[in-house]
Amino acid sequence: MTRPAAQVPIASPAASPDSPVPSLPGAVTGGDAVGDGPGDGESGGAAGARPWRRVARRAGARVASAVAVLWAAATLAYLALWLAPGDTVDILVGDGPDTPEIRARIVAEWGLDRPEALQYLSYLGRLAHGDLGRSYQLQRGVGEVLATQVWPTAQLTLAAAGTGVVLAVVIAVLTAGRSRWPRRLASAAELVSVSVPQFVIGMLLLAVFSFSLGWFPVSGARDASALVLPALALGLPIAGVLGQVLREGLERALEQPFAVTARSRGLTERALVARHALRHAALPAVTLTGWFVGVLLSGAVITEALFGRPGLGQVTMQAVTGKDMPVVMAVVILSAAVYVSVSTLLDLAYRLIDPRLRSAG
Amino acid sequence: MTTTASSVDSLDAGPATTSPGVGRVAGRPSRGRAAPVLAALFLALLAVAVAAPGVVTAADPLAADPLRALAAPGAEHWFGTDHLGRDVLARVVHGARHSLSIGLLATAVAVTAGVLLGLAAGLAHRWAGEALARAFDVLSTFPELLLALLVVAVTGPGTVNVVFAIGVAQIPTYARVVRAQTFVVRRSGYVEQAVTFGHPRGRIIVRHVLPNALDPIPVLATLGLGQAIVAASGLSFLGMGPQPPAAEWGAMLSQARDYLRVAWWEALFPGLAITLTVVCVTVLGRRLQRRFEGRTT
Repeated sequence: MTRPAAQVPIASPAASPDSPVPSLPGAVTGGDAVGDGPGDGESGGAAGARPWRRVARRAGARVASAVAVLWAAATLAYLALWLAPGDTVDILVGDGPDTPEIRARIVAEWGLDRPEALQYLSYLGRLAHGDLGRSYQLQRGVGEVLATQVWPTAQLTLAAAGTGVVLAVVIAVLTAGRSRWPRRLASAAELVSVSVPQFVIGMLLLAVFSFSLGWFPVSGARDASALVLPALALGLPIAGVLGQVLREGLERALEQPFAVTARSRGLTERALVARHALRHAALPAVTLTGWFVGVLLSGAVITEALFGRPGLGQVTMQAVTGKDMPVVMAVVILSAAVYVSVSTLLDLAYRLIDPRLRSAG
Repeated sequence: MTTTASSVDSLDAGPATTSPGVGRVAGRPSRGRAAPVLAALFLALLAVAVAAPGVVTAADPLAADPLRALAAPGAEHWFGTDHLGRDVLARVVHGARHSLSIGLLATAVAVTAGVLLGLAAGLAHRWAGEALARAFDVLSTFPELLLALLVVAVTGPGTVNVVFAIGVAQIPTYARVVRAQTFVVRRSGYVEQAVTFGHPRGRIIVRHVLPNALDPIPVLATLGLGQAIVAASGLSFLGMGPQPPAAEWGAMLSQARDYLRVAWWEALFPGLAITLTVVCVTVLGRRLQRRFEGRTT
């Protein structure tokens, strides 16, 4: 009996649409882009006559898939509320004040006196208007609750993403094509960063730099120094994995004919890496978008808890502990929105990095 | 956390990836062969701790002795004592049972549901299969931890709920692979042959499609187990897992955070236990994967 298993690239960095690498459904976060071998570059030339039509179609597909993901997230959140055992009004009240007026208000806001299909549609309609609902525990609008906490989390995740990417590039450039030991060290770092839970790294950083050396505050988010350790704790795992992927990409790129050509033109190895090879190496890394956003978002919850930082993670934890469903549902939708925007941005960046895709769109 | 995908993804590394800890013990890891052996040894030790924790340590993980709280590691308490005077070694050893069983059960849930759904998506009629596949795609874009938190928000904290939450969050990983695999097998020569011979549909699915569609599962499940343990300890760290005074590694770390200034040992040992366990599982998973891909070194 043949074993067709070998045909399924479960470990190939060039993600096919069915590979386990999360890529936006129906969209092209890299799946097809990686498939565009160097030889396919010219195939878009014939369609160059009406480039605007291609661009429009592409943008349309992009928007459609973004809407699909957001709709799915909203539905998932709704499903969770619907599946939750007990009376929906009880669930939505949670630990908040429970008076007949509030109950009547919940029934009105969620349309609970209407048929279920209408409830769902009015929920979607409400979301489409940007209304995330109301937390009956905090007695405030969910949008308002989240808005006050977005900034600390944005600071943390952006700082961590920056740290992670910069470290990854440094690791990749320093270890690509080197002798065994630096490479071993880098792949060990990668193994550790996928294996060690974020809070263990964070605790280690806390123990050494806050408690022993006293360089950074133990908790809070008062000033920039309080951001250093959380950003490192969240950025290091990213650096480990991304560094490994970039290094492999660099090594592949440096073996390609264009590298030989560049060298024969007298380009130094450093310039070759900086100007040409890194571009190639960045392509497979873009397929990690889903993972990247996932690590940042779920890492933010844990990092904020560990370092006692305010932010969306803390809001999420309080909502989950207090069963404040409107807030939990909004967090799920918000994280889908973040995913959609980041992957759209990276998809655009992808086109900037790889000129072959601009015409082929 | 969708790291499963990335760990699966970033494996073309070539030479075996050795962890620093494992490598140091080995002295000179000979082309990465020592790492899987050491990993297997550590996991065997862990299995003993799960099956018979009494063999490893006689101390009671729950026996508090406030007079000896936060004692440094020494002859009497090898790993020291925690803030309630409980033996940290005993808690780490007994904690293996919680942490590993949550990881294993969650993986079992995810694999079972993932295989069934993936098979259904691969065999269903065009639009139904397509709809299921899109659903997996969308689900796999969500961070696992957030999905798990959504489940916990509905079910409440606790061991069983964490198993369910992590299991559900990991379903898409398996479902997507099994669906892709089913597609390949469905169009293969031997299945076409069986159809031509007029074998009943059910028999073809059970005898030919299912066994072959399951091919990549052992590798994925091993790598997924590591991630499930990480996710479980994360949820416990956040206070969603086994409730105190149960000895669970993530929960232990969460309590140890408050005593980090005075008692590093209360945090270090459970932290090491999680790290070593997941590193070993991942090393073994990657070895299996290389063998699976026919690239044995």
